[in-house]
Amino acid sequence: MIKFQEVTKIFPTNSPNGYPTTALDNISFEIKPKEFVSIVGRSGAGKTTLLRLLMAEEKPTRGQVFIDGLDIHKIKPGKLPAVRRRIGAVFQDYKLLPSKTAYENVAYVMEVIGADDLEIARDVPEVIEIVGLTERTNNFPVELSGGEKQRLSIARALIHRPEVILADEPTGNLDPYNTSDIIRLLLKIHELGTTVVLSTHNKEIINKLGKRVITLENGKIIRDEEEGRFIL
Amino acid sequence: MTMTILLATSLFLFKDISQILISAIREKADISVYFKTAAQEEDILNIQGELSKIPEVKDVEYVSKEKALEDFIQRHKDNQVLMGSLEEVGGNPFLAALNVRAFEASQYQAVVNFLDATLEPVYQNLIEKVDYYQRKPVIERIFALTSGAGKVGISLSIVLAIVAILVAFNTIRLAILNQAEEIKIQRLVGASNWFIRGPFLVQGAISGIISTLISLLIFALICWFLGPKIEFLFSGLNVWKFFTGNFFTIILIQLSTGILLGAISSSIAIRKYLKV
Ligand SMILES: Nc1ncnc2c1ncn2[C@@H]1O[C@H](COP(=O)(O)OP(=O)(O)O)[C@@H](O)[C@H]1O
Ligand SMILES: [Mg+2]
Repeated sequence: MIKFQEVTKIFPTNSPNGYPTTALDNISFEIKPKEFVSIVGRSGAGKTTLLRLLMAEEKPTRGQVFIDGLDIHKIKPGKLPAVRRRIGAVFQDYKLLPSKTAYENVAYVMEVIGADDLEIARDVPEVIEIVGLTERTNNFPVELSGGEKQRLSIARALIHRPEVILADEPTGNLDPYNTSDIIRLLLKIHELGTTVVLSTHNKEIINKLGKRVITLENGKIIRDEEEGRFIL
Repeated sequence: MTMTILLATSLFLFKDISQILISAIREKADISVYFKTAAQEEDILNIQGELSKIPEVKDVEYVSKEKALEDFIQRHKDNQVLMGSLEEVGGNPFLAALNVRAFEASQYQAVVNFLDATLEPVYQNLIEKVDYYQRKPVIERIFALTSGAGKVGISLSIVLAIVAILVAFNTIRLAILNQAEEIKIQRLVGASNWFIRGPFLVQGAISGIISTLISLLIFALICWFLGPKIEFLFSGLNVWKFFTGNFFTIILIQLSTGILLGAISSSIAIRKYLKV
């Protein structure tokens, strides 16, 4: 369902270090529907860039990115929202709206994509329950712990029933207890039939998961194994 | 933006007002040929006939001594001083005259040439004076003034339009930067482009509408206050009546200028700062 074909991403000279950075170097791989894939690699290896290309937030310098055979960087800008609605994204820094309550942060997404009030009233509490935040429905993000914030952002990513969940180091800011909570949640989502792409540099998670692991180093794929382990 | 809208409206009004002014002055601007007391009415009527034959001449009106006196009394009958002095002079001090009107101000020269050169010397001797040169500079000045003011007005409104666009652009830019996080999330969950852009376009248009209302108010006040004064200066020109008479045209002009300016600036800002 997802396919990277000889994708290279070079950031021009305005990058932090002052000269062009090759964030991804001629990458090719495929992800099948309902797969659970982890992208691992050191900080700066290119994990975030890979996920951003998949969200069409960045354009590849060379190569193509396909979702169900559709080159998402070739389609008209007007068609992009439809592609993005098939994807749910979770970030290390949550990206919650601070002025909205937990409920509103999730409901907001449904408003954005044009759901009616009835659907919102029906779906939002359900998803909040899935991530175990029913008690926190009316709290603002500042009143939530890191783990709770991340579960809320997962609820937000789930609300429009995407086919794929992209999680970019979702546990990067969390303690081990909350980390395993989040991973359990992602596994549950995966069991319900969603493709999950998880980027992380957490060794324990990977070694416990026993799922497919793609290892990046300096923008290149150096390993791609079913039931992979964390080796760097 | 308010300033720009005001100026655009003034330009529109200006065109009409200067037209009224010019035609009023043209009506008044004519050549008066005064005849010596000795001139016979018959001769004067002959000259009138000759003048009418000049193609540039629109019409020639004969004002006899008696008619001139009558007109004067009619006009100044309330003025004690003038009437007193008229009595003192005794008799009829006025001269018979031909008032020549041309189609255009620039054509009076042809009439003057005719009087100076073509007319038979016998008739020329009957002419006391030709009253033209006093009015010429006035007419030319008004021409220069209206066309000059028009040019200044147009360039000023272009400058102001640019300023207005920049200000509105900056407002929208700040709004976009302010909501960067929210916009990012909207994008990530697949909000349609119009869903994201819409509010900013609306914001631009609203600022245009608000400016329109402000400028409409200012304009109405100006017309209302200045109306009587301008009418005093140029009879037959009442800006307040003009304003109320053309109310809908003015609103239309102001609204379209305002909304256009707002929409242009917000779409530039959106194009520049809102990547989708
Ligand atoms: N927007 C950007 N502009 C310039 N350079 C960037 C940008 N984003 C990432 N990079 C560079 O690309 C490389 C890969 O970054 P990233 O994909 O964020 O790595 P990771 O997520 O694995 O830590 C890094 O060297 C980083 O500095
Ligand atoms: Mg990263």
